[in-house]
Amino acid sequence: MAQWQVGVDVGGTFTDILAVEPESGLWRIGKVPSTPEDQSRGVIAGLESVGVPLVEVAGFVHGTTVGTNAVLERKGVPCGLITTQGFRDMLELGRRTRPNAYGMTGSFEALVPREMRIEVPERMGAAGQVLTPLDEDAVRRAVQALREAGAEALVIHFLHSYANPAHELRAAEIVRELWPNPYVTVGHDVLREVREFERGSTAAVNAYIQPLMSRYLSRLAGALERGGFPRTLLVMQGNAGTMTAKGAAEHAAQTVMSGPAAGALAAARVGVEAGMRNIIGCDMGGTSFDVTLIRDGAPAISAEKDVAYGVPVRVPMIDIHTIGAGGGSIARVNQAGLLQVGPESAGSRPGPICYGRGGTEPTVTDANLVLGRLDPASMPGVESPVPVEVVQAAILEKIGKPLGLDAIAAASAIIAVATNHLASAIRLVSIERGEDPRDYALFAFGGAGPLHATALAQELGVPQVLVPRFPGATSALGCILADLRHDFVRTIGRPLLEVEGAAMEAILAEHAAQGRALIEGEGVPIEGIVTVHEADLLFRGQSHVFRMAVTLPFAPAEVLAQFTARYRQRFDIELAGMRVVLANLRTTVLGTRRKIGMALFAPEAVGEPVPRTSRQVVFGTKAWTTPIYRRETLPAGHVLPGPAIIEQMDATTVVDPGATLRVDSTGNLVISVGAAA
Amino acid sequence: MSLDPVQLAVIQNGLRQVASEMDMVHQKTSFSPVISEGLDRANGIYHRETGEVIAQGETGLPSFIGVMQFSTQHIIRLRRDLEEGDVILVNDPYLGGTHLMDVRMLAPFHYRGKLWCHLSNTGHWSDTGGMVPGGFNSTATEIQQEGLRIPPVKLYRRGVLDEDIQQMVLNNVRVPEERLGDLRAQLGALRVGARRLTELLDRYGADVVEAAIEELKTRSERLMRAHIATIPDGTYEGTAFCDSDGVVFEKLAVRLRMNVKGDRIGFDLSQSSPPCKGPMNTPRDLATSAVYVAMKHVFPDVPINAGCFTPIEVGGQDGTFLDAQYPRPCAGAAAEVCQRVMESVFAAMGQAMPERMFASPFGTSGNFSLGGYDPEEDRRYIMYMFSGGGYGGYSEGDGLTNGCSSLSIAKTQPIEVLEQHFPVLYEEYALREGSAGAGRHRGGFGLNYRVKLLRGEARASFVMDHGVTGPAGLLGGGPGETLAIEVGQGGARSLPPHVSKGEGYALEPGDWVQVRTPGGGGYGPPAERDPAAIARDLRRGYLGPEQAAAEYGHKLAAE
Repeated sequence: MAQWQVGVDVGGTFTDILAVEPESGLWRIGKVPSTPEDQSRGVIAGLESVGVPLVEVAGFVHGTTVGTNAVLERKGVPCGLITTQGFRDMLELGRRTRPNAYGMTGSFEALVPREMRIEVPERMGAAGQVLTPLDEDAVRRAVQALREAGAEALVIHFLHSYANPAHELRAAEIVRELWPNPYVTVGHDVLREVREFERGSTAAVNAYIQPLMSRYLSRLAGALERGGFPRTLLVMQGNAGTMTAKGAAEHAAQTVMSGPAAGALAAARVGVEAGMRNIIGCDMGGTSFDVTLIRDGAPAISAEKDVAYGVPVRVPMIDIHTIGAGGGSIARVNQAGLLQVGPESAGSRPGPICYGRGGTEPTVTDANLVLGRLDPASMPGVESPVPVEVVQAAILEKIGKPLGLDAIAAASAIIAVATNHLASAIRLVSIERGEDPRDYALFAFGGAGPLHATALAQELGVPQVLVPRFPGATSALGCILADLRHDFVRTIGRPLLEVEGAAMEAILAEHAAQGRALIEGEGVPIEGIVTVHEADLLFRGQSHVFRMAVTLPFAPAEVLAQFTARYRQRFDIELAGMRVVLANLRTTVLGTRRKIGMALFAPEAVGEPVPRTSRQVVFGTKAWTTPIYRRETLPAGHVLPGPAIIEQMDATTVVDPGATLRVDSTGNLVISVGAAA
Repeated sequence: MSLDPVQLAVIQNGLRQVASEMDMVHQKTSFSPVISEGLDRANGIYHRETGEVIAQGETGLPSFIGVMQFSTQHIIRLRRDLEEGDVILVNDPYLGGTHLMDVRMLAPFHYRGKLWCHLSNTGHWSDTGGMVPGGFNSTATEIQQEGLRIPPVKLYRRGVLDEDIQQMVLNNVRVPEERLGDLRAQLGALRVGARRLTELLDRYGADVVEAAIEELKTRSERLMRAHIATIPDGTYEGTAFCDSDGVVFEKLAVRLRMNVKGDRIGFDLSQSSPPCKGPMNTPRDLATSAVYVAMKHVFPDVPINAGCFTPIEVGGQDGTFLDAQYPRPCAGAAAEVCQRVMESVFAAMGQAMPERMFASPFGTSGNFSLGGYDPEEDRRYIMYMFSGGGYGGYSEGDGLTNGCSSLSIAKTQPIEVLEQHFPVLYEEYALREGSAGAGRHRGGFGLNYRVKLLRGEARASFVMDHGVTGPAGLLGGGPGETLAIEVGQGGARSLPPHVSKGEGYALEPGDWVQVRTPGGGGYGPPAERDPAAIARDLRRGYLGPEQAAAEYGHKLAAE
């Protein structure tokens, strides 16, 4: 019997499915409309569309937006909070911010409203010493009150619980006695790290989406089971690892950013197999552009992300920088006479003018159409096609005339400004880490990524672009490739040279054992367990930590030497004589799943490909006669000079003049950028 | 040289990015929490001759946006001997400065052997000496009491550190090893900026970039003028009061007259109070800069460069407390008086176009410093804390609760981090109930915190404001609640005589400080507030039934 590995990524518009059978090398790809009211219906429909029987599925990994969207739209469940006396408003006060640097307006609603937050007498000191014992009766009264007020989930969040979790643990015990409820989130359990607002917010996000995730995943698991799926459903986490659906329902905060994380992971893996270990993942869809830096084959992970204004989530997540720029981004000329593209987007309703859904504002997609990069005859999502002349006239009227340009030049300007905007996002992400984008290759995916990647690479001075076999299904691919993963953190907060190596090793060993136990309990076939330890360090008095890998045995003096050297390398600053503090210890435990090689995606085509057609495409200021190829007709090893356009079901790749395309052995398109035309 | 729209946008982003990366390095490597957590710092690129700002980092402290260009102009005027590799160190408030704690550095930037621009930054050091740890001495009457005043000296000459100057500075500040870290962080930022700017110029060519800078300035100016033209012509007035100068208990007034004609706008400050004894005197350039920041809050989309300030005329400071002259103390200028100036601009704008404005925000940085000795760690420390408050209501909604001060984008430090570092215990850190100004859209709420000293001894000082008059409402909205400080020493409670300012409170273990910050002003008549919103506020305990009845005529029976 075939043993299919299935990855499913549910996006805002489409649900993408990729199914792979490693033994036979078969694969199937599918795309169906998402079903936001119950995403599991779209998932099942997608599975049916690729014709893989559930009994033959050996692994099923799911990337989901259920949790992220619930936070963004404030559609989570009613939650209650039990917290330290004097601190009930923490989630509402935040750390004194405003939504934008300039402008004195805007609003914020905490995930848990004030009437659902109750204080109890208890207090730990910063060193974990009990200053006020826990008032257990107060906890009992609080549970009762919150239950009566309609709470479906509870958060228990006490000050300094990262240093001593005893009160949180006892309170949780009391809660569970009185109210057997699976939805109780305990602060230190979600994040054993200092900073009360961030830890509390992470716990609140967890509680807020946990029942939704749990219900959704059990619905999906049920549907899969009824269809004959014999294994455990896995869910993608924001850290680009997977865990079981049961685990995801408990640690719901871990699923935030699950889909984009899968995309970044796939980018890293495809890059490594293509011989490119340093790449920048560029995922461009209709409304957003996600950038991920992948260094030495591993995507950067950050624990400093905010899901929305005032809602930080401090669990490790793939460090994805998102800007509002996509095919639907609207171009306009501002009052100063400057051309701006985005951040407003026409979205999918009304969408770009060319979609014929009533859009009147020129967008990036419209400009691509006018320039000949997109084929008006095969635009996805078009309802009643709008003639190119109409789109052209709108661009002339709204952009060309104010800038003194004709329609074609105006469309070129829109693309150029959009490209520049995308380029600044890439520069920001790379330069923030002290990396020069020119040392990287661009990995273009998402529906619109391959359309802009070559021009983007030229703008940045990046020498190569990699377009994977299925740009539109990259996140689904990432789901198939992901390992099981669990992260742990413990705040230490003591001078590095004063800690005992053995005590630190004990903490790291405990992390490793916890991770191993979790993975073993998940019942998913794995090939091995990999454990990685890291330390967060800083100079006493600073507040930003510097993270670096550590190995066992933990020798403080050696760690110190490594830290100062790496610090100097990064910031060009030497701080000899300053005391170094060990802020946190971190551990990642991976359960590695069977590797799937990209070779099975190698093209079947042979011989000299023939262009499907050709048309006039504008690059820079000039129109070029450009051949149009179907992607499936390009054999491995084939080389094409630009300009050329490669079409496939899920994306269009543009090879600019001066660039050269080569099809590699696994079917990736590798574009050597050359100089700008 | 003609520039296409693309190049222009690219260069605009490029320059801003150089400054943003300087900001990032500065923040991540600093030792003063007020910089690393609070982002109380800014980095920018300035014109080599005029000193005008070319670009500033996106996360720079707003109140530094205008003032650093003035400071650069003073340095250019006073130091005709700038050479490649020099780094100027200065904190003189009278030379385009703020208060002594804001330490500025400037490095002339050379490209291919020629002076091309200046790179500069400012960082708020936790201490620069003086009578009071942290520098906020509310009773100072001369600048010498406030700390070390550094004229524009060369910390580096042609790339070589002047160790004498460095040691001279470090010998006169508290916790010198951390201050050295702050100094290095600032240098690191300048170095990174120079490297990135060189790359930008290599890439696009110095001539092209220079032409773009000129063009961008013109564009910003045009955009600002287009906005000004939408304000109805006329003369408007805005007044804001400081509680006192900390020494003489009398209100100080910022009286502003705003003249709008077509696309020009003028602000006249000449009716403001005369110079004061205490530390609320404000350097004139800082007052000007505060008007700029207020304008930027009203029209946030104008890119920051010298062009956006060109259409704005500010004057009349002469002879008022908004023209600090040596040796008048000015510790409260940057954090407090600046916000009064901004408030007066908001108030005048509120008369001119109330439908587009917001009621007054809480308007105080809530500067609280605690300097002491921790016997357990055998360590002297300075804890500097600032706090948020309520924003004003506006046409579309209620004001934000515990927002950041208008001149800043600084986040407050986590309580757990403060308790790790200092021998204090926060007994309460909460929303201040009942503090919002009533209105159709009420203000946001202030903060209420109480902190206790656990061990050793310490001295507390406060420079805050809005303790006597609350932040004003707009279009019939009520004022936000006033700020209140209370100190408990040996079981006795007291209120500072100057309400929002006080100095030298000696604390013993168990003694405490309680601070309640103002709420924002309300917008529109309270009678027009949606009863459902009042009921929700009552349910949440944002205000009590008596207050709801008094302010909104809300009847409990109606629920």
